[in-house]
Amino acid sequence: MSHESQAVINEVSEDSIRKKPSSFKRWSKLLLRSKTGTVGLVIVLFVFLVAVLAPVLAPHDPAAINAANMLKPPFWMEGGSTAHLLGTDNLGRDILSRIIYGSQISLLVGITSVVVAGIIGVTVGLIAGYYGGFIDNALMRLVDSFLAIPTILFALVILSVFGPSVITLIFVLGATNWVNYARLVRGEVLTIKERDFVRAAHSIGVKSNKIITRHLLPNVISSFIVISTLSVATTIILEASLSFLGLGVQPPTVSWGSILSDGRDYLATSWWLATFPGVAITITVLGIIFLGDWLRDVLDPRSKAK
Amino acid sequence: MNNYFVRRILQIIPVLLIISFIVFSLVFVAGDPVALMLPDDASQEDVELLRESLGLNEPFLVQYGTYVANFVQGDFGESYRYGQDAMSVVLERLPATLELAIAALLIALVISIPLGIWSATKQNSGIDLIATGAAVLGKAMPNFWLGIMLILLFSVSLSMFPVSGRGTLAHLVLPSITLGTGIAAEMTRLIRSSMIETLNQDYVRTAKSKGLKNRIVVYKHAFRNSLIPVITITALQTSTLVGGTLITETVFSWPGMGQLLIQAVNTRDMAIVQASVFVIALLVILMNLIADLLYRLLDPRIKYN
Repeated sequence: MSHESQAVINEVSEDSIRKKPSSFKRWSKLLLRSKTGTVGLVIVLFVFLVAVLAPVLAPHDPAAINAANMLKPPFWMEGGSTAHLLGTDNLGRDILSRIIYGSQISLLVGITSVVVAGIIGVTVGLIAGYYGGFIDNALMRLVDSFLAIPTILFALVILSVFGPSVITLIFVLGATNWVNYARLVRGEVLTIKERDFVRAAHSIGVKSNKIITRHLLPNVISSFIVISTLSVATTIILEASLSFLGLGVQPPTVSWGSILSDGRDYLATSWWLATFPGVAITITVLGIIFLGDWLRDVLDPRSKAK
Repeated sequence: MNNYFVRRILQIIPVLLIISFIVFSLVFVAGDPVALMLPDDASQEDVELLRESLGLNEPFLVQYGTYVANFVQGDFGESYRYGQDAMSVVLERLPATLELAIAALLIALVISIPLGIWSATKQNSGIDLIATGAAVLGKAMPNFWLGIMLILLFSVSLSMFPVSGRGTLAHLVLPSITLGTGIAAEMTRLIRSSMIETLNQDYVRTAKSKGLKNRIVVYKHAFRNSLIPVITITALQTSTLVGGTLITETVFSWPGMGQLLIQAVNTRDMAIVQASVFVIALLVILMNLIADLLYRLLDPRIKYN
């Protein structure tokens, strides 16, 4: 047996060991070892449950207008009542219910647009990294162009053309975020494709598309998961920003950003309107960042050394 | 070395062309600007006449060719809302945006450099935990919400600073803090890790082991060398910085390019939108280029190939 094929076998067996589904026990042990990771997971699960159970949990209809109950403060303040725990807005709508329903949009847009971005970005990254040469050059110039336009600016331009809606929002955020994945995946592919198992696959005549899907793709998945998680966090903020500017989700759909934007006009009298949705965004994003950092430590052992 | 510079500058051209193509395609898809430019009671003939004079009846590629020729000259047509050349409307707003961006960047540097170094030298201490915690919190907080909370605290409750507008130094305080903290959060994290990396280098260990004072090692050996990545990091924040100004300007009614752009998007004033995109993209590209060149000038180890 030649030296090289021995190396291939080593690689393969190493890979198959790594690919073995890790037991639940091992993962939970790893998770509980990290305090922030545990906190992150708890927050993310909580927000997820709130979003799914919104119709059950919300004490009021988030869109129900009540002229008799306008701008009521939270329950612990004078004039507040336990009927509206976090107070009401300028149209008498219950803030708590609106925040509960707002979590649906944040998670929906955050997660789906990251999936869209991931599919585009990983494909471009794999192709650019694997084929190299002119294709790589052309694709990377495209990436540079996208990087020169701040994400929010690009999103604004597209939204101004297609008009705001949830679907547009998802695709806009997906179409602007893919560059990060493309860059990362390309970089990884450049090193992976020089490794023996890919060379071996080449030498025995495996077709390019099979090498990409069977050998390269599985090896970039873990870094993909790590940046996806963190990307959900930034996307949630971006969605809130766009909705805040009036270019995101349109009423009657509730978004944390639009509740905030409603509250901006009543800062002088009703601080709670603009405060609580921001707290909701911050806690959610914090949870996702914690979870993402933990995933990075677990999936990418290189970063642990730092 | 000169070759490298020339090539790097030439690379801007395809990038700008691609940006122009993306923007043009979007505007093309957006449809006819004629309806917005003429009064509602304009006759069909007037519409046709205007379409013809604007070259809107030409095929896509011909229109794109004309567009690129104008794009290169920074000519994006007239803003129908301002009745002026779009580029000059945008450039009029540029100083306000630059003022805000520079003030925010200064705040970010003043916070993040000492904090990053401090937490790197005292890893896992209380200070480090507070610094990294603050950095994560800064990243998790939406910028515009922080701005609103600052208004609530310092303008509404304490009446210390004006709520909105531009003019005096007091006007600049809240917007630049709002914009600066988000960037400071990211930079603190990056400076910390860059500093930790430098502190683990052999020459730092040598300096320590030959008995130099810790302060001298940190500032003379480690800090100077970790400054190099800090420059790149700062330049890479340009994009975030410019994106941040868009929202911060809206929150504080700061009369800059961002506010103009958001109004233009809302009123579908495409000439202004395109001109702003061009200016912002050029700004980001130039900053990245400058950073790249500085980086190579400062670090003689990097080869020009």
